Amino acid sequence: MPSYNTSEFRKGIKVQIDGEPYLMQHVEFVKPGKGNALYKCKLRNLIKNTILDRTYRGGDSLEAADVTEIQAQYLYRQGDSFVFMDNATYEQYELSKDTVDEAWKWLKEGMICSMTLYNNRPISMTPPAHVVLRVEFCEPAVRGNTATNVTKPVKLETGAEIQCPAFVEMGDLIKVDTRTEEYLERVKE
Amino acid sequence: MQTAKCKMQSVAPTDFRPAATWSILRRRAELLRELREFFDRRGFLEVETPILSADIVVDRHLDPLSAILPDDPRRPDIGRRLWLHTSPEFAMKRLLAAASEPGAATAIYQVAHVFRAGERGRLHNPEFTMVEWYRVGDDMAAGMSLLSDLCESLLKTGPAERISYRDAFLRWVGIDPLTADGPALAAVAAGRDLAIPDGLLLDDRDAWLELLFVELVQPNLGQVPNMPSEIGRIDNPSYRAAIVYDYPASQAALARTRPCMSHDAVHDPPAREPPLVAERFELFVRGVELANGYHELLDATELRCRFAAANAQRAAGGKPRLPEESRLLAALEHGLPPCSGTALGFDRLVMLAVGAQSIDEVIAFPIERA
Repeated sequence: MPSYNTSEFRKGIKVQIDGEPYLMQHVEFVKPGKGNALYKCKLRNLIKNTILDRTYRGGDSLEAADVTEIQAQYLYRQGDSFVFMDNATYEQYELSKDTVDEAWKWLKEGMICSMTLYNNRPISMTPPAHVVLRVEFCEPAVRGNTATNVTKPVKLETGAEIQCPAFVEMGDLIKVDTRTEEYLERVKE
Repeated sequence: MQTAKCKMQSVAPTDFRPAATWSILRRRAELLRELREFFDRRGFLEVETPILSADIVVDRHLDPLSAILPDDPRRPDIGRRLWLHTSPEFAMKRLLAAASEPGAATAIYQVAHVFRAGERGRLHNPEFTMVEWYRVGDDMAAGMSLLSDLCESLLKTGPAERISYRDAFLRWVGIDPLTADGPALAAVAAGRDLAIPDGLLLDDRDAWLELLFVELVQPNLGQVPNMPSEIGRIDNPSYRAAIVYDYPASQAALARTRPCMSHDAVHDPPAREPPLVAERFELFVRGVELANGYHELLDATELRCRFAAANAQRAAGGKPRLPEESRLLAALEHGLPPCSGTALGFDRLVMLAVGAQSIDEVIAFPIERA
């Protein structure tokens, strides 16, 4: 892989430190009038999602990391693995439960998600911001507004459970914000 | 016969607009006027010296740009290499070497564009505006006073607090920068949990001093202090500017040096030679390095030595060597009258005056859209 010289450091570059991929989030160039240049960097570990503070001297370099973003379609779940396919290359990727984390709640067969690959290995996956899912089970809607009946728990086809307005019925299609895990609206067929 | 069709599609860059607002450009012009008034009132002559020169300062950390002056316009890559100045210092000192001629000016100033490679950031643009001034007969104290007056006049700070490099370190780092060795400085940096660059050699004293200064000392300079002093002096809350003076001799650049007697030397005479300090001073306002001044070195032999040492450091760091001979050295050999000179980053001064967060806000066209 090519490397970045300190003069090429800027937000957004992807580099390799101790074998792990990092995204450069912030570079502060510091140079006293008669001193050496210092590059104070904040880097985000793309696997662990932790922040690293590192200072580099003018002339240092960092190895570029082979990090790419792809669009991948969710195929199915197999035990603790979630299988995705890159629609452009038909290559299949297996993601562990840890990598998928909370996103399992929104995964429906055929859903297109964005995936980050490091050295061609998937390290993270993000579902679309909004998804439409069917309500699999909930208590029937009660007529009339009452103070104690504004929202109710609802189980979606993926197995996830969220709070919805009381008027939602079993079999409804609802739109959910995957980032806030909140009900947005009911959707017509 | 086919005629060529002009391309209708535009391929010109879209960032043709200035980065600075008109309001700031107007304020900048005002400040420039005020600055000229400040110097004109004090009997300084405004001078202009070339940006291009056969000579260039040899410094470990300053990387100049150069241009080819072609002999034949059809071969633009072949010709004499000329350097774009990193400061008008050499030319202004050559003017002072003629200060004894009839009608000569003994106090001069210049507003010049200067160029430095590898410098881009919130406070840096590779091309920036330097205000530089020299006055024959000024020593370091006089140079500092003049700088403080300018700062008061343009930025409305109180008079600058004076603090020696050594006292600043004792106060905020807790170690004597003039006598501590590399490993001791490294230990302090580690103890204060600083992010230490890889490859910083233990015995590179200056690199450790720079790191400690930038991280631990500089953020406190020219700020309204909110912590009591650790060496018993009373903090004056009206200070907003600070001038650090008496730098370690290794950071002298073109300043003269002298042995530094510590405060306690009278009661507790040192067992060995007092360390050398450089008669160099810097102005800081709100933690921003604004100006750098010297009680100027007059000795050509000493300066030649420093340039040679700087070139060795450049080569060791993989940087190209720069020419060590210059007309400045010839001027020093002829004789430069004792003087003090200072260089100030005008863009940063404007930043402080208008409260800008980035130098881009005060420059019409920063390098990316120049």
